[in-house]
Amino acid sequence: MNFQAVKAIYFFEMARFFRTLLQSFVSPVISTSLYFVVFGTVIGSRIQEVEGISYGAFIVPGLIMLSVMTQATSNGSFGIYFPKFIGTIYELLSAPVSYFEILLGYVGAAATKALFIGLVILATAAVFVDLKIMHPVAMILFLVLTCISFALLGFILGIWARNFEQLQLVPLLVVTPLVFLGGSFYSVSMLPSIWQTITLFNPVVYLVSGFRWSFFGNADVPIFVSLLAISSFTVVCVIIVAWIFNTGWRIKQ
Amino acid sequence: MLLEVNELRKTYATGFEALKGISLKVNKGEILALLGPNGAGKTSLISTICGITNPSSGSVIIDGYDISKNFRDARKLVGLVPQDITLEPFEKVLNTINFSRGLFGRKKDDALTEKILTKLSLWDKRDSRIMELSGGMKRRVLIAKALIHEPRLLFLDEPTASVDVELRQSMWDVVADLKKDGVTIILTTHYIEEAEAIADRVGIINKGELLLIEGKASLMQKFGQKILKIELQKRLNQLPKDLSEKNVKLSDDGLSLTYIYDTKQKKTGITKLLSNLSNSGINLRDIQTDQSSLEEIFVNLVKEKAE
Ligand SMILES: Nc1ncnc2c1ncn2[C@@H]1O[C@H](COP(=O)(O)OP(=O)(O)OP(=O)(O)O)[C@@H](O)[C@H]1O
Ligand SMILES: [Mg+2]
Repeated sequence: MNFQAVKAIYFFEMARFFRTLLQSFVSPVISTSLYFVVFGTVIGSRIQEVEGISYGAFIVPGLIMLSVMTQATSNGSFGIYFPKFIGTIYELLSAPVSYFEILLGYVGAAATKALFIGLVILATAAVFVDLKIMHPVAMILFLVLTCISFALLGFILGIWARNFEQLQLVPLLVVTPLVFLGGSFYSVSMLPSIWQTITLFNPVVYLVSGFRWSFFGNADVPIFVSLLAISSFTVVCVIIVAWIFNTGWRIKQ
Repeated sequence: MLLEVNELRKTYATGFEALKGISLKVNKGEILALLGPNGAGKTSLISTICGITNPSSGSVIIDGYDISKNFRDARKLVGLVPQDITLEPFEKVLNTINFSRGLFGRKKDDALTEKILTKLSLWDKRDSRIMELSGGMKRRVLIAKALIHEPRLLFLDEPTASVDVELRQSMWDVVADLKKDGVTIILTTHYIEEAEAIADRVGIINKGELLLIEGKASLMQKFGQKILKIELQKRLNQLPKDLSEKNVKLSDDGLSLTYIYDTKQKKTGITKLLSNLSNSGINLRDIQTDQSSLEEIFVNLVKEKAE
């Protein structure tokens, strides 16, 4: 195991993040505040409570998930796409590093960034609403697993993408809608029954539900189903990555 | 033996066969120059040896390590300076160099970094961003990145493309120092003088085949031939006796003479030829010399191969 190389990749990627630290910090703070103003104040004045929780607090887990998923995906994809795009990937390919080490470096950094942003949002939210976290360990576990699995998804996208449009396509057209429709801002039980059934095909529902459970103790779907969902999603991503590495697909000519 | 390439073939996804069974051996401490026209397969050969593309068949052994079975041990020994300048524009010189060393599993070594950057006249630029550097400086950053993990086998893919004369000279000084340290170097170039200046052996590649690989001295003789063409004022029916013995030929129309000589020899015989001509009372109209170009030699080599 070439730990030095993993470290080199990880910190090289993190340095990119720290260079724009202010930006990385300010934009989630502002967007979270906006969500609270729009959703919390405007909608929240009409919807008093959801499942016994104030609406403002109810949307916090969904808000965090929304940012964490999109950030992990886009960071994960950009990290590996950029060297491919400008050609510096030659260095990774000719160095004594295994694919697993490359993966560890890039996905680790992307997940760390997403985790950081998730925590910033959590802290911002705590300013606006009264938050209690019932299951902090489960909360952290869900958060970390989501960061890692979506960073993996991003890594796959970054290898697949042939241009910047493709790179942005999936986060924009797939991840964001799935999260919005995944019960981030409402409880699935509030939907008409036909939509409740359709919603259950949205994998994000399970993640948001499980994450919300760790805050408030109630969920749209049983918690073990949520855990199963996030774990299987991670496993699927790992399998795809393993296949990519074994074949050199879109990495080596 | 530091590098052994056996029957290496590479067919790209497009179906194009860029390497058609290349075999070569390179000794420790040797400098090998690879010459060949555009698209010959030089970069493909280097990329395949370094692990950037997968070989279709054949094997590569570096210091006893197979590049696919023992890729870690093999790659640790290799440094690569790619043909195209590929660097992250927003990074600082020092960071990108430390990154390269880290990839090879080595801890930061400030003394070595300073030594290498100083040698490449980049020490002043260590805190500059890549995008603030000139093209020649960027190429030196690439070289520094390849040297920072102290490779035993260094590939330089057209290191002097877009590099000015002065820098070229300093680059060869660096190469000479590396050779002194026992580093084996394989470089590609389009300039025969460059190969001549620093290489021990020269290989010629065309259309994915290694046409020849031999010591510099013997190859240079082939490149060293020049043709002297002398136009005469009056038609000559026959060569004077003392000229016909030499490498002098009279054209069919009798209006010009050609003389083939070797620039590498101490006496080219030109003075003697000219004085003989004037002694014989032959008046000259014009003189010109021609060197057999690299392309001509390629063509001849390919023809010989085909026959
Ligand atoms: N990724 C690729 N896919 C398909 N064909 C390729 C690829 N890379 C190179 N080739 C082809 O392989 C041949 C050899 O290319 P290569 O870059 O090895 O040549 P070269 O000798 O380095 O040329 P130059 O002196 O121009 O650098 C060319 O015909 C090129 O078009
Ligand atoms: Mg080339």
